[in-house]
Amino acid sequence: MNNQSELDTFIADKYEPQGPVVLDCQVNNIYYGDFRAVRDTNIPVEKNKVTGFIGPSGCGKSTVLRSMNRMNDLIDSFRFDGQIHYHNQDIYSKKVDAVVVRRYIGMVFQLPNPFSMSIYDNVAFGLRLNRFKGDEEEMVVRALERAAIWNDVKDKLNNSGLSLSGGQQQRLCIARAIATEPDVLLMDEPCSALDPIATRQIEELMIELKQHYSVALVTHNMQQATRVADVTAFMGVDISKGGRTGHLVEMGDTQQIFEDPRQKLTQAYVRGEFS
Amino acid sequence: MAYDPFKSASSARTLSAPPSASDYLKDATFRAFAYFCALSILLLVGYIVFELGSQAMPAIKTHGLGFVTGTTWDTNEEVFGVLPEIWGTLYSSLLALLIGGGLGVGIAIFLTQGFVHAKIEVTFRTIIELLAAIPSVVYGLWGIYVLIPLLRPGAEWLHEKLGWFPLFGTELSGPGLAPAALVLAIMILPTVAAISADAFRRIPYKVKEAAYGMGATKWEVILKVMLPTASSGILAGMVLGFGRALGETMALAMLIGNVNNISVSLFAPANTLASLLASTFPEAGQMEIQALMYAALVLLVITFIVNVAGLAVQQYTMRKFEGKK
Repeated sequence: MNNQSELDTFIADKYEPQGPVVLDCQVNNIYYGDFRAVRDTNIPVEKNKVTGFIGPSGCGKSTVLRSMNRMNDLIDSFRFDGQIHYHNQDIYSKKVDAVVVRRYIGMVFQLPNPFSMSIYDNVAFGLRLNRFKGDEEEMVVRALERAAIWNDVKDKLNNSGLSLSGGQQQRLCIARAIATEPDVLLMDEPCSALDPIATRQIEELMIELKQHYSVALVTHNMQQATRVADVTAFMGVDISKGGRTGHLVEMGDTQQIFEDPRQKLTQAYVRGEFS
Repeated sequence: MAYDPFKSASSARTLSAPPSASDYLKDATFRAFAYFCALSILLLVGYIVFELGSQAMPAIKTHGLGFVTGTTWDTNEEVFGVLPEIWGTLYSSLLALLIGGGLGVGIAIFLTQGFVHAKIEVTFRTIIELLAAIPSVVYGLWGIYVLIPLLRPGAEWLHEKLGWFPLFGTELSGPGLAPAALVLAIMILPTVAAISADAFRRIPYKVKEAAYGMGATKWEVILKVMLPTASSGILAGMVLGFGRALGETMALAMLIGNVNNISVSLFAPANTLASLLASTFPEAGQMEIQALMYAALVLLVITFIVNVAGLAVQQYTMRKFEGKK
């Protein structure tokens, strides 16, 4: 760890996925303008598993997650160098429209962001977008139930989504994201604004969700990673050259990462010893 | 000095101290000043209404409600009615709101939703703000010398081919509703555009992010998410614009024709309350001045009703979309 020139060129050992991979993320470089935010990070997201991303602030874990459904395309200076294969198709291929990618790969954000419309319309938004022909009401109710918020809102589905409390809003956003049953769900610190009870419910939801879908989860809460993630990727950040380029340090079974980390950086982080 | 039992009780090292007597005095003075400012507005409005009312009283007594439903304005016979002016005011303002409001919201979307580079946005904004700074008499002249000649061929064609359609029922013989409404639309456009653009800018980035994150196209994001979110702000801009259109005087007096006429035709000359006031006052006798005061009161009431109704609609959308009580 003291030898920083070694860190500069450090490239994490390749993680061998044990099951089928749904989203194979191979980042060479991610730039914001001239700033290199992330380098050399390969993270395969496996089917029916929760893949956790941990690491210190500024290590680029959110950047990588947001690249996985091309959310970063909204930022003008963003430049992605690498490939992300979703069912063996590169989502960054010129032929692929980011809008299509986002319909299959859903996202839950750090801060609750319901739309200014009724609770029901919030959840039905994605269904309508995707021209869902079946029983809309049934799907809305199901999504609300699974997001552990049905009991809170069942009597006020026509109220605005913004009338709910912060924790309820976040669960509403999760309901909105899962209503269309996206193949992969990206969650960017979804519980950071929630109390422990709501957090617990969301964690249970993630474990339930992975039976049908695949989940990628960025979290600052290491207990959360141990509770829900099957596989964990630890990212670190190079500060040696004056820049702050993040990169993958180690990826493996959650248990291995937390109990028997191979890299010293990982060890220091999961044990709470920061250099 | 304020009552402070904590100083002696707390640790000797604390630097905390209560506000001084002068702090409290400043507080009280500022509060009194704020109350005074708010109150003076109420008093001013009250005084204007009272003054208008008392000046109009003789006319109200003579003409009663017949003033509002009457259609003739004849000084010699001393018959006064403002129904054509009420119609003209509302019709021209509504047309202007339809055109200027629609354009204004369109411009606001264009400027705020990432269609143009930030530098171009600033340029556009300046130009639009410039529109608001042009004196209305200049708009009037522009309307007479540029807009009316420009409209005439189109209006003639429309009247010839589609004359059976009420909107095109008459010929454009110079001044009329269409040029007046178009100029009004241009005049209210900056207000609507600026306030709507602010409403769009106030939407937090996370909302836009959420909409794109659902896989919505740009069009869907704007139409289904941004527009409803900004709706209460857009409505506020519309109400302000409509209020401005109702009271606009000079440009209309020059362009609308000042004819007591109720017609749905866009090309017919008409009159508005404000333009009636402006063009009749200089030569009015005592009876007529009282009638004009009555007309001013009617305009005030219309503006008041429009503002209250606009506020109610705005409150409703706020409750519906934003969950605010």
